[in-house]
Amino acid sequence: MPDDGIGARTLRKEDKRFLTGRGRYTADINRPGQIYAAFVRSPHAHAAIRSLDTAAASAMPGVVAVLTGEDLKADGVNGVPCGFSPTGGNQKAPTRPALAQGRVRFVGDLVAMVVAETLDEARDAAEAVAVDYDPLPAVVDPVKALADGAPLLHDDVPGNLTVDWNLGDADATDAAFAKAAKVVAFDLVNNRKIPNAMEPRASVAEYEPATDSLTLYTTSQNPHITRLLIAAFEMGIPEGRLRVVAPDVGGGFGSKIPHYPEELLVTWASRRVERPVKWIAERAESFMSDAHGRDHVTHAELALDADGKFLGLRVRTIANLGAYLSTFGALSTTYLYATLLSGQYVIPAIHCNVRGALTNTCPIDAERGAGRPEATFLVERIVEIAAAETGIDRIDLRRRNFVPADAFPYQTPVALSYDSGDYEKVLAKALEVADVAGFETRKRESAARGKRRGLGFSNYIEACGLAPSNVAGAIGAGIALYETAEIRFAPTGAVSVYAGTKSQGQGHETTFAQIVASRLGLPIDQIDVIEGDTGTVQWGHGTYGSRSLAVGGSAIAKTCDKIIVKAKRVAAHLMESAVEDVEFKDGSFTVAGTDRKLSMGEVIMASYVSHNFPTDELEPGLDERCFYDPANFTYPAGCHVCEIEVDEDTGFVEVVKFTAVDDFGEVVNPMIVEGQVHGGVVHGIGQALYEGCQYDPETGQLLTGSYMDYTMPRADNLPSFTVGYTTTPCPHNPLGVKGCGEAGAIAAPAAVINALCDALGIRHIDMPATPMKVLNAMQQAAE
Amino acid sequence: MTITVSMTVNGKQVSREVEPRTLLVQFLREKLNLTGTHVGCDTSQCGACVVLIDGVSVKSCTALAAQCEGSEVTTIEGLAAADGTLHPMQEAFRTHHGLQCGFCTPGMVISAVDLLRVNPDPSEHDVRKWLEGNICRCTGYHNIVKAVLDAAQTMRGTAVAAE
Repeated sequence: MPDDGIGARTLRKEDKRFLTGRGRYTADINRPGQIYAAFVRSPHAHAAIRSLDTAAASAMPGVVAVLTGEDLKADGVNGVPCGFSPTGGNQKAPTRPALAQGRVRFVGDLVAMVVAETLDEARDAAEAVAVDYDPLPAVVDPVKALADGAPLLHDDVPGNLTVDWNLGDADATDAAFAKAAKVVAFDLVNNRKIPNAMEPRASVAEYEPATDSLTLYTTSQNPHITRLLIAAFEMGIPEGRLRVVAPDVGGGFGSKIPHYPEELLVTWASRRVERPVKWIAERAESFMSDAHGRDHVTHAELALDADGKFLGLRVRTIANLGAYLSTFGALSTTYLYATLLSGQYVIPAIHCNVRGALTNTCPIDAERGAGRPEATFLVERIVEIAAAETGIDRIDLRRRNFVPADAFPYQTPVALSYDSGDYEKVLAKALEVADVAGFETRKRESAARGKRRGLGFSNYIEACGLAPSNVAGAIGAGIALYETAEIRFAPTGAVSVYAGTKSQGQGHETTFAQIVASRLGLPIDQIDVIEGDTGTVQWGHGTYGSRSLAVGGSAIAKTCDKIIVKAKRVAAHLMESAVEDVEFKDGSFTVAGTDRKLSMGEVIMASYVSHNFPTDELEPGLDERCFYDPANFTYPAGCHVCEIEVDEDTGFVEVVKFTAVDDFGEVVNPMIVEGQVHGGVVHGIGQALYEGCQYDPETGQLLTGSYMDYTMPRADNLPSFTVGYTTTPCPHNPLGVKGCGEAGAIAAPAAVINALCDALGIRHIDMPATPMKVLNAMQQAAE
Repeated sequence: MTITVSMTVNGKQVSREVEPRTLLVQFLREKLNLTGTHVGCDTSQCGACVVLIDGVSVKSCTALAAQCEGSEVTTIEGLAAADGTLHPMQEAFRTHHGLQCGFCTPGMVISAVDLLRVNPDPSEHDVRKWLEGNICRCTGYHNIVKAVLDAAQTMRGTAVAAE
């Protein structure tokens, strides 16, 4: 087994280029003859466009073209589609024009596009586009948007209701509540987040007249889907004529899953003017137009019997989906949310209704965790409230209701079949690692310093490894969700691994190479991983939903297995033995009972320089590929434990101790996994304490449109973390892995808020728990 | 109107004609093709563009190229030794997995290098305070802080050994 195989803390192959400034992000790409795009965006949340005059802008220095919605129409370019319609949701998906067609619906909505010789000229000319707006009443609150008399966003979506969707058994749930000894209810707002990958979105498109083909470099988590949408749905060109390349991507967190109008516009403009066109978002544009996350208003009720056993859970959610449906539209809000409402618990009856509202805000799509943080926050908060109101210890209440370790596979009442897990074991480990026994002492120490200390738990579960394609189809996705891999060799042993996933920082070049190193017994230095280029990678669905290792990694492992099958036959021929007698281990082929031995490298060479090769039964070469479609989702679960201190004078909350114990199944690279946990946890702490997108309720102006208004978690707001594991391998994929990228963002918000409620002795507080909210809560609690 | 700006960047004398409004980060990225210095925001908040000007860390989106006339500028591309040996701070980031997507990394590394100039033996608290102006969305800062503390130790060791 090579030192850099599965389980090793291998240092990352990609780091050297990033550390020396040689990463290649989209903004770093320049093409000969390139010109620049700038966009005119709506300053109004809702307005009719009375007139749009491009004459003055067109006459500005350096301007190549000023393009509007009329030009798109004239060229027969379609709007940007939504790729998901939740089954049973009766979805009404309004058209999203790439450039406004007479109406704008959120601040930042695209109105016109200027392309000019330099970026400054493009920006100057964009300011000279004269737009006469007729402002209309706006609505940003999803509850108000569904109320009678609300301003209507789209003529074809009555009442702004885009989706009305149910999951679970309403009658069984009503029956459970009818026999309950205790019912606990609460209302919550799951706050809207702005994803804020540090690399702003960017696109560079280049048209090649000789072949009538296009190349688009873009900041994407899933370039094949972007190609599919632009080519087949929007521009109506053969997919093969558009190559989409996502080079190094500087963070995504979901915000680079959706396909955005700007990608289409840059591509279309480059064909129209026959010049490469480049656009880089300013951060202000990112705040306005990168798909936002979360934004739920929910009423939840939990029914318990006299022993504290859960009987039923009833959930009513109004989900804000923004002004148009983004690529995955209501997915985060429906199937990725309601299916997780059973948490780690046996809850015999669950019913959830979700109504999706269109509002004059930026469209919503997946943001790290996507639906599962909302579900976990709800479940872990209501369990905590139930503990307080029944007088049952909160740990004891969880234990009474856990899905027992011997109950897997466990079918929940909300569609999922949990494949494996041991929640009691995770909890026990977390209690130990977090030194929960020592909390009371630490609380006294904090009190001596004038600080109120609180302890909070979050026992989360998530469904990752998206997804079995038949399930994806059945729930309303427009695509399948298998993953692909292809492995090619050079005669001298260099290995190229082509993967359909796309790293945005997760370290696939290392993790995937470790899988191949382990499986084929080759040194990691000769294994290169290639992702993100539709011109070289056969097909893929990209990286999100913690799917890359569980689905993409599995495709790679199975490709290796196919290679070994063939390589054994080649080795058998070379060693003049029966294939059944050939063994492969640690990179060597041996014949049982003899000293005959061949290295993988020798078999590779013989397969490509096929002078002595079993050509009558095999084709030369060893390249193989695999489309791996998972049998089920994977179910990472864990227990995160948070301790906070509250400053009684200022209301400032400090996370002083945070412990994450997770069951991710098998771990390929613990160093990378720990990094994913740290980062995820900080997304969760950010949501709990700092981050909240705010629109002005009357005007719909984005109030948190810069880093001076939107609070990002920074180094000095955070502690260091303690991370631990338990392991129950995933039983249905070849690596036994479950996924780790979103766990922290899913678990942490409830852990933080549970700790805060514990410290303050309050029932609930909405996120982000800013000092002002905390001071108000303390005051109310004292009254 | 253009002006001529001359400075030393990563040890090399450079001179370019620029518009007076050209920012240092534009000068580096667009005129010198040093794309390791990144632009992550438009309000001088994120720190992705931090470089050293005459040895001091500066957000290169807040400096005009013209202000750097005659200065010595070091970008991430100029931090490693001429033979490619990584600077101890770069090495520590690699060893401790102090980077994921790599976008904030150049600014983060350069800021951290400047911290150790000012304070060669920082506490965790000092490191966190100093890096408050560099936003990372991937790592949760945990491994960055570890890397900086480790680099400090290494560099103090080196300094002692050199004496």
